This record gives sequence, C-alpha cells and structure tokens, in this order.
Amino acid sequence: MSVTTLEEKQYLLRFKCDKKSHLTILNHDVCATQCPDKLCTLFCPGEVYKWEGNRMQVGYEGCHECGSCRIGCPTENIKWEYPKGGHGIIFRLA
Amino acid sequence: MSEKFDVIVVGAGPAGSAAALVCARNGLNTLLIERGEYPGSKNVMGGVLFSKELRELVPEFWKEAPLERPVVDHRYMVLGKESAVNIGYKGMEWGEEPYNAFVVQRAKFDQWFAQKAVQAGALLINKTVVTECIVDKGKVVGVRTDRPDGDLYADVVVLADGVNSLLAQQLGFRKEHKPGDVALCVMECINLPKEKVNDRFNVKDNQGVAIEIFGEATKGNFGAGFLYTTNDGINIGVGTTVAAMVKDKLKPYDLLDELKSHPAIKPLIEGGESAEYLAHLIPEGGYRSVQKVVGNGAVVVGDAASLVNAINGEGSNMAMHSGQLAAKAIVQAKKRGDFSEAGLSSYRDALHDSFIMKDLEKYKDAPHTLESNPQYFKEYIPLVTKAVGKYFTVDGTTQRDKQKQIIKSFTEGKGTFKVLTDIYRVWKAVK
Repeated sequence: MSVTTLEEKQYLLRFKCDKKSHLTILNHDVCATQCPDKLCTLFCPGEVYKWEGNRMQVGYEGCHECGSCRIGCPTENIKWEYPKGGHGIIFRLA
Repeated sequence: MSEKFDVIVVGAGPAGSAAALVCARNGLNTLLIERGEYPGSKNVMGGVLFSKELRELVPEFWKEAPLERPVVDHRYMVLGKESAVNIGYKGMEWGEEPYNAFVVQRAKFDQWFAQKAVQAGALLINKTVVTECIVDKGKVVGVRTDRPDGDLYADVVVLADGVNSLLAQQLGFRKEHKPGDVALCVMECINLPKEKVNDRFNVKDNQGVAIEIFGEATKGNFGAGFLYTTNDGINIGVGTTVAAMVKDKLKPYDLLDELKSHPAIKPLIEGGESAEYLAHLIPEGGYRSVQKVVGNGAVVVGDAASLVNAINGEGSNMAMHSGQLAAKAIVQAKKRGDFSEAGLSSYRDALHDSFIMKDLEKYKDAPHTLESNPQYFKEYIPLVTKAVGKYFTVDGTTQRDKQKQIIKSFTEGKGTFKVLTDIYRVWKAVK
C-alpha cells in the first residue's frame, strides 16, 4: 500500500540508534521565549522535534540527518552532529 | 592506528569515490572513509545520473553497475490545482550506448562505485565519522575519527562529506548555508510491477522516464517535484528551500502527499507499495555559494563544495567530475611534493575551466532571482497552466478574444511594463 501518514513513512525505515542524541537543544528557554511558531516542529521531515509545553523534545531516533534543523532554526539553537559511525539512519534504496 | 596515507578521502559518495578511484589508479596510498554502515546508506538522490562523467571513469559502466532504467523520455510537467501542462523529449538514441542518463538507486549504486575504488587499490573503512581535520602549522595533515586512537594522517585530505560539510566549515573554507540556499527534499520509493510501469509511462523494459514537476507541487514556492521510473517502481519526491518551508510553515511530507494525490500524478502511482521514505538537503545556492575549494593540504569536492546545477538537475555527475579533477591535481602535487594551497591550486583552475563552474556561472543569478521574486512561482506558473488550458478549450470564444484574455490575465493588476521587466529579469538570469 502507498503510505499516507508520516508515522507510516518513518516505519519503512531502518535505524541503528545510538544511546546518546546527536542533536542537542542548546537552550530550551530560547525555544520557549523567542520562537513562537516552533518552526523545527513543522519542517523537520522526520518530525524529530516536539514541543512539550516548556521544552523541546528531541526524538533523534527518527532523524534523517538532513541538516535542515541546524540551518532552519531561526535562533541557531540546535547543536548538530553526526551520529556515531555506523549508527543513525540506514537507507536501503534511493 | 597512527598511519600515514598519501590521501584520505572523507565520504564515499560519487565525489569521494571518484577521487579515491583516480588517486588509487595513479598509485597513491588512498584511504576512503565512510560514516554509514556502507557507502550509500546515508545518501539520497531522486535518481537521475547523467552518464558522461562516469563514462570517463568507468567506460561502459552500464555493463556492470547496478542501474535502473536508462532515461529515454525526459519531461517537464507544470501542475495547476487540477490540471497539468506537459512538455518533453523522447529519443530512442538515449536508450542506446553510450546513454544520456540512468535512474539509479544510490544505496546500491554507491556501494558498487566505492568498490571500483577498492579494486583500484583504495582502502575503504565504513562506520567511521571524521569529527575534525587535524591542522598543523596552518596545513591540514590528517583527520580525527570517532574510533579509539582514531587519528589518521595524510598529505592531502579530500572533503567529500556532502551538503552539510561540517569539516569545510571547521576549516573556515565556507560559511554555514543560508536557509534560502538549500532545498529540503523528501521522496518515496514506490514498488510497482514492471508491466504497470511500462504501460503507464508508455515504455518498454529498460526504458525509463524522468519527469520534473513544477507549480502546484511546491505550492508556488521556488523548487520542484520529480517522478522517475525505476525497474520495478517509481521514485517520487518534492523539494523547496528551507527558507520557503519556514516562511510558509510547510511540512515536507505534506507536500509529498499532496503531490501523490494530485489528479495528474495519482493514476501513475496508484496501487503501488511504498518501500522507503527519505529526506535530504540539496545545495542549490549555485555559483555564489561555491566558496574555498582548495587549502593547504585539503580540497573540497561535490556537494560539500555546493557543486549542483539546480536548473538542469545535475549534481552527481558534477560530483564525480570534481572528484576526478581534484585527484588529478593531487597526483601532480605528489610528483612535486608540494601539498600547499598553491601546490593543489590546479584543482581550482581545472574546476573553473570545466563545464561545472561555467554552467554554475551562467546561472549565477538564477537561484537568487527566483527565490527573491516569488511572483515567478506564485503567480506566473499558475497563469501559464490556465493560459494553456484556455488555448485548448473550445467554448465559442473567438481565438482573437482568447489571446486577449490570456495576455490580460498576465498583465492585469501588474501592467505590461512590470510583466516585461519580470520576463527580462528571468531571461537575464538563465541566458
């Protein structure tokens, strides 16, 4: 079947998760006070970021490692690294 | 493992593997480092690989490489809300050697291409992240990896670490991308029986179709969608700049689903089974975003250097060619024993003399013109679909009146002068 929801799309992928996040919110207060739209929660293609009312939850396990959040964050509040070698997303096709 | 190599290449994508292949063929002791489980496991491409530059490296590569269909039919499709305007070229000569382009699936293709470098004598190590370049007295002398005791040394380090190239930033070779200079693309691989692909796209086995999709695909934003036929399925995707995603609060996967359900697209993919969903950035800033590509002991190739021609959809071929040019410069530098910026500068010269920088220079104003003048994608493209629809509609309106109405639809609220200015501006940016 052709998938429609993002959850279904993410379910098609293989990840080898590290125990430690490769994405770090530098300051949760900045998200709370300086970013009314919480933009990363919208444009991130893996919906890695979820606003939990007072802090940004980072579901790094579903990250495509594309880099959009680092570049698109209007307050440059995301520290972005690569997951440890061999970890993270493992594309099998395209 | 404090070993010394002639060359360390960071990243086993098309640029890195091409560089490693040419270095190894010329007898250099070459190490190719890949952060993924295997080459291609972190790489994403919609799928069109133009054949010319790979042919220079591996003549008749089609006899051994894992490829999908050769493209014999390349189309542009402009989508309205419930309409589409098509233009394209179908040529049987593209289905014969030496072929113009192939659709490729990168996870398979990149493994094959990296193995070509290995067969030539390069050493490939996977699952290894280069965390920084080791710099001594103003010269790059090696790389630090995330392996224990993971410092490795070389005369030259080739940065082929892709669009994010944190290493080029660390070295001060380039600044961080601006949100308007990178396109965030999402895509799906959809399985569909070969016969259905053949029927729906009017092709035979081993004939492929590439469709670039504009207009409604990006909700009027600077960017495009695509649909490419694989052997047993379809790759479909869409991308627009991170700046546009932010500005219009777009969710990329919503754009993809709207494209998949567009009435001109849906019948093509109907009944297919989604097999993978992928996201990636494309460096689309063009000529002006290509920054320092040569330094003391280091060169930058492929996406890491922003070598992408977004207008013609060329990237992987440019990556391979830049890798080849960089390797040739390194081979020369080795003969002279000079790995300084001056010693490696023949790479920069060769790059500027090649089609890569010539084409990027030709379009140097195009990304900026299209990004900062939203009227092209927001207004003119929808007007074009409506105009073509009107042209083909027979409803009793005289042809003369139809023409008047079409022209009026473009100039209304703008004036003829503004429209002519807009036409001139875009012509100037791509001429």
